[in-house]
Amino acid sequence: MNLLRSQTSKSILVLGALSGAFILFTGAVGMIAAFHEREVVDRFISLGQLLLLIAPFVTGYYAAGKLRALGEDAPVLLGGGMAIGLMTAIPSVILLLFNSDEFRFLLDLTLRLIPFVAASIVAWRMYRAGNETQAVIGIWLLVAVLVGIVSFSFALIFEIKGDLRSVLVNINRDWVEVVTFDNRKDLARGIGTFALISVAAGFAGSILFLMPAVPRRALIYGLGVTVLIGAFGETARLILQENVDRDTLREIFRRDTLRQNAALALFIISTVAGCLWAMFGRQARESFSNINVSQRRSLNIIGLAVFVVFMLALPWLIGRTLSDVAVTIGIFVLMGLGLNIAIGLAGLLDLGYLTNYAVGAYILAVLTSIGPLGLFKGTFSFWMVIPLALLAAMFAGFLFAVPVLRMRGDYLAIATLGFGEIIGKLAISDWLKPIIGGAQGVQAIPKPIFLGAELKNPEQLYYIVLVASLVCLFVSIRLNNSRTGRQWMAIREDEDVATAMGIDTARAKLLAFTLSAATGGVAGAIFAAKVGTVFPNSFTVFVSINVLSLIIVGGIASNPGIVVGAIVLIGMPELLREFSDFRFLLYGALLILMMIKRPQGLIPSKIVTHEVRTGVKPKLVGAE
Amino acid sequence: MALLEVKDIHTYYGNIHALKGVSLEVDSGEIIALIGANGAGKTTTLRTISGLMEPRAGSVSYDGEDISNTRADLLVSKGISLAPEGRGVFAKLTVEENLDMGAYSRRDGAIKDDLKNAYSLFPRLEERKKQFAGTLSGGEQQMLAIARALMSKPRLLLLDEPSMGLAPVLVDGVFETVQRIASEGVTILLVEQNAHMALQIADRGYVLQSGEVAISDTAANLQQNETVQKTYLGID
Repeated sequence: MNLLRSQTSKSILVLGALSGAFILFTGAVGMIAAFHEREVVDRFISLGQLLLLIAPFVTGYYAAGKLRALGEDAPVLLGGGMAIGLMTAIPSVILLLFNSDEFRFLLDLTLRLIPFVAASIVAWRMYRAGNETQAVIGIWLLVAVLVGIVSFSFALIFEIKGDLRSVLVNINRDWVEVVTFDNRKDLARGIGTFALISVAAGFAGSILFLMPAVPRRALIYGLGVTVLIGAFGETARLILQENVDRDTLREIFRRDTLRQNAALALFIISTVAGCLWAMFGRQARESFSNINVSQRRSLNIIGLAVFVVFMLALPWLIGRTLSDVAVTIGIFVLMGLGLNIAIGLAGLLDLGYLTNYAVGAYILAVLTSIGPLGLFKGTFSFWMVIPLALLAAMFAGFLFAVPVLRMRGDYLAIATLGFGEIIGKLAISDWLKPIIGGAQGVQAIPKPIFLGAELKNPEQLYYIVLVASLVCLFVSIRLNNSRTGRQWMAIREDEDVATAMGIDTARAKLLAFTLSAATGGVAGAIFAAKVGTVFPNSFTVFVSINVLSLIIVGGIASNPGIVVGAIVLIGMPELLREFSDFRFLLYGALLILMMIKRPQGLIPSKIVTHEVRTGVKPKLVGAE
Repeated sequence: MALLEVKDIHTYYGNIHALKGVSLEVDSGEIIALIGANGAGKTTTLRTISGLMEPRAGSVSYDGEDISNTRADLLVSKGISLAPEGRGVFAKLTVEENLDMGAYSRRDGAIKDDLKNAYSLFPRLEERKKQFAGTLSGGEQQMLAIARALMSKPRLLLLDEPSMGLAPVLVDGVFETVQRIASEGVTILLVEQNAHMALQIADRGYVLQSGEVAISDTAANLQQNETVQKTYLGID
């Protein structure tokens, strides 16, 4: 009993149970079976199997760290890793048994036994009630009754349906196939293989932790790169397609799957690279920070030049599909930089940002369309309308701001959310149908023409977005250090004190809303030209929410953060398309993980870093 | 003629009648102390004078001009500066940026010199000029709030509870600084709960009680006044 209650065994039990629950859950929602269809390395391992391995492996590694912190030594760490591997397998193994014809009776038995077990726990508690209050016993009784009811109803359901599969639809043949590592016919062997592999993975995790730093980091790097490239095989192939001839490509990939040899080579190369970095990385960084100012300046210029060339060459490096993703990312970078003026600098939580996006898109659509709704049938070109879209969005932002000027914090958020919703409804309304087409939208928007050439591919549109984003980034950086920017920050910090400094807060807020709207208009116009049609269902509250989240994930009030945030939040779902229906599950899990592990954002501004480090609660939205 | 003349002002928070006819006068070069218990209306008086709140009745005139309905941000350039209660520094701006914000209303070129003056008045702030204001100690934040209020080159400085929350050792320093500022020709209207210290440096004082002026007299007389002694100075 004492052994079980020690901190060490508690950690192992909790982590093992978590890891087991993870495997059980992903199986029950069908993720494991669905991922099994996608091979990471050709004829070697599938994504579903990888999932089964990763859970005990990562948990084993993490648990080893935790046990080491508790002062345990190597054998306990290794044992802990194995125990966690075993525990990871247990819930799924139980489910496997329940699911098999031979052991179906176990399920029946368990469901019937559960009420008795619950009742005996209560009896045990009552027996030892010396130092427990009646309230505690009451709660236990209640729990026992609830457990009894639930298990009884489950037993009833199974008796009627006679099958586990009818309740947990994803616990099917495919799942069994993956979990038993292709031993569906021979259950004992399947369960043995599964348990053994799981234990081995947990053990490997703890071994990895015990390794010296250099090989450990090298291995993490190697495994990480191989798994990532394997999992995102389609994306990787699309990039390589542009730069490698077909025969070589066929050597590396079988359709979208990494071949075994290629995977091995990739693993070796990235491990060696990781090893070199682990050994000499610190040295390199130190010697970089030791070089003198003029050398560093020239290095910076070289870096900038490389960056510019890279950005210019990007569409040719990544091909059409990914260029299309890049354009979408760019559109959101534009909006993120704009909204950041309102939220990051002035602390105005604006949830109606889609208004500006919609205004920009519809202005461009109506003015340039050659379809029935076009007002000028091609007289106006894309380039002439862009400034108009910008001005119209600014005007919309201004109008939008006037009624909400006196509101602060949460109230402002609700009001702007409402306005955004109104815009969405207006776009789809019958009232405006003669002008903007209602649910049918505006069609036949011509592509921009540059020097006589039509920019119809994403690779070409990319440059428009690039230029617009760079201009916007420049303005944004300049604003950050200007008198105007400073005035917004003062309002964000404390509106009353800002007024007492002589700041006209009403004017400053109007300016913030208006400027922030400008880039939204440009983004909307580019979006309209890219897609060629404008539908009202592109303008939902999710646009506003997405822009807000990318600012928060990237790092509020941080310009590079916004770019990275857009790449992660907008690019990621596109890349995760390979994970079919589960991408939003992954995406959500990723967001939660991010907010727990890195609440200040991926590339935080120095102000927010300070807040998080000192534990001062971030007051991001100018709440009272 | 008085620099600031407050005549029978009534100020409300919604339906709550906070100031019920407060009148006071501040002459150029004076230090005036406004003392009173919690909720007597001291801070409300300052907020009304500085334009953050509007009086529903009565008038505030400054330098012969009626400013009752003038917005707070415009008053700063007229020479009225407020160091708000609870210090109100911009926690996420650096010390120097805070001081720059103080000079926001000015567009002359002498801001650099005034920054130097501020640092000579408060050397501690110069040591910490690159630090976020939120990381300063309470006393340093108070210094910053006063220094920032001075950056707008005010003729009338409104100080709201400069000693609040400070260690007794620091309180003396703050009041010494206030005296030094006054000696450079800035008129000061000081709101304080620490009546003892306030009356020691002030020329005249007003005692507020539930939104009304209960007593007004020279500081020396107030210190001798029996009611004041009993209620605010803790002398039996």
